[in-house]
Amino acid sequence: MAYLELNNIYKSYDQGDGETEVLSNINLKIEEGEFVAIVGFTGSGKTTLVNLINGLITPTSGAVLFKGEPVIGTSHERGVIFQNYSLLPWLTVGQNVFMAVKEAFPKKNKQELNEIVANYVEMVSLTPAINKRPNELSGGMRQRVAVARALAMKPEMIIMDEPLGALDALTRGNLQDEILNIWGKDKRTALLITNDVDEGIYMADRIIPLRPGPNATLGPEFKIDLERPRDKTEMNDNPNFKKTRNEIIEYLMDIGNERKSEAKQEIILPDLVPKDFVNQFKFGN
Amino acid sequence: MKASLTLGKVSNFIGLGFFTTLKDLFTGKLEKEDFKNFLRKTIVPLASILLFIGLWHLGAKSLYNIEAEFKIEKALTDQGQAAADALTACIASGESSCQPNTLPSPSQVWESFQSLLRDHNIISADKAAFAEKTATLNAKRIAEGKDAITYTGRPSFVDQIFRSLQTVFAGFLLALLIAVPLGIFIGLSPTLKSAFNWFIQIFKPVSPVVWYLLVFMIVKTLLIDSNEDSSFTISFISVGFCSMWATLVNTAMGVSSVDKDYINVAKVLKLGTFQKIFKVVLPSSLPLIFTGLKITLSVAWMVLIAIELLAQSPGLGLFVWEEFQNGANDSNAKIIVAMFVIGIIGFLLDRLMLTIQNWVSFDKTDAI
Repeated sequence: MAYLELNNIYKSYDQGDGETEVLSNINLKIEEGEFVAIVGFTGSGKTTLVNLINGLITPTSGAVLFKGEPVIGTSHERGVIFQNYSLLPWLTVGQNVFMAVKEAFPKKNKQELNEIVANYVEMVSLTPAINKRPNELSGGMRQRVAVARALAMKPEMIIMDEPLGALDALTRGNLQDEILNIWGKDKRTALLITNDVDEGIYMADRIIPLRPGPNATLGPEFKIDLERPRDKTEMNDNPNFKKTRNEIIEYLMDIGNERKSEAKQEIILPDLVPKDFVNQFKFGN
Repeated sequence: MKASLTLGKVSNFIGLGFFTTLKDLFTGKLEKEDFKNFLRKTIVPLASILLFIGLWHLGAKSLYNIEAEFKIEKALTDQGQAAADALTACIASGESSCQPNTLPSPSQVWESFQSLLRDHNIISADKAAFAEKTATLNAKRIAEGKDAITYTGRPSFVDQIFRSLQTVFAGFLLALLIAVPLGIFIGLSPTLKSAFNWFIQIFKPVSPVVWYLLVFMIVKTLLIDSNEDSSFTISFISVGFCSMWATLVNTAMGVSSVDKDYINVAKVLKLGTFQKIFKVVLPSSLPLIFTGLKITLSVAWMVLIAIELLAQSPGLGLFVWEEFQNGANDSNAKIIVAMFVIGIIGFLLDRLMLTIQNWVSFDKTDAI
């Protein structure tokens, strides 16, 4: 039995005539302690997939199983890092993390909770900013708060929805390392959704492309056989890395082209002939 | 240096930014690039005020002339040449008994304003004297378990301003206590929303006068045994009911349109219902709630005058009505004084709300 299992997931919004199919035929198995990345184009249904797994929405048909149990609603066992940080702007950094910790550990007293908050804020090196509000922070700092908030709840599984998408390359690299560090420390299971193939290869054990929607489905998986800890600069010269990277990109390009050609075929121009207006306005002849 | 910095910050914060520019002008700190700003923010409003007063003066003068000519003409046809000449002389002499009754000029209004202040001083002195005179007697009466003797003289203009403010704040508080909780419930529950929607749509446009009559019908019966004057109760309840709709609608809208991301956070953290309302929903809808409260306060102040007039509850509304009925020579000028006082207080109340909104809102750029 896999740790997380998606069986024949089909998800559509709006029943009836206006039905939009988002995901179909999604099958995925993730083992405990594994780091899996799902790579896909924007708009291919990645966020829908994430919300299915964390329990914010339910599949139209099929089942999401977490440790053998069907997922009903959200759970503190699955921590989520949202794409757009989703920090509460009226709370400070510390308060944002505190709110999560308080819910996750209702039995602890205030001092213990504050210690946990301080630890995790320290871990993402934001201690000097602990009393600042999110709108006083840069994008990278905000994302680090979101990371701290998710991890401070000590989830068994971390689900990340394009967590670093909006960041610059340098911040991105640093945060990737930070997330890997944390993941490596207590070997939690992790699922990363991303649109960056390099990021996926650098961080994950397996990469699964998501074929773009409507009716998005998962493609064949690519195993990443690279030793951990991985080094970014060395990795670029590693033939194994190059090969995997090329394979994945080729696959994604192919499905991209497929989609384009499909789209072309769909356009059927109506057979219209201009009406002879001139004749209508001829009088007297 | 530090004190002046705070002054600048404070005046900007409460939305009276032009004070800062004015202060810079006098302290000589005005930079050249600030000069344009100064022109726009200080000189232009001042110039437009002067222009307004000028136009008012000219308008009042021509209305005065029309009225005077008409009066003289009438005297001529009704009573003959001698009466007309006497009236012309009387008007020219400035004798108050024969002045044409029309829109007062700015200077007349200013004079009335000062006379109202003098009147207030006289009444205050009177009151103080009364209190002193009755102090020992009242102490004795209270000791004997009787009611104290109270001052029953005419209230001054300033007293009436404070009475109006009391009414408006009581009404505003009532509106707040009804509309905010109700708005939250309506915003949270689609069922309640459809239950209350017709109610809101129908009662929102009802005129202050009708609200007053409705409240009057109910309160009159409820307080049937009481000897107390119920006019204050009736007027503040009417003010509250008239003005609460903006807050109700805005609160419901704010609560039902909380950013989906925040709701997702609440779900992922598994916040309880109360936690969700107080930690996520309310803070996020505060800007809209405050926009509603701001409208409510200004509506409350606006309808107050009409309602006080109807309820015969002491205050500016009653003052205006009594002056109008009075028809004394300076009545019109006093009504205009009341108009300006009402306008200026309304403006200050709006600024007050803005300040509170800035204070409690998380997003400082959001306030308008």
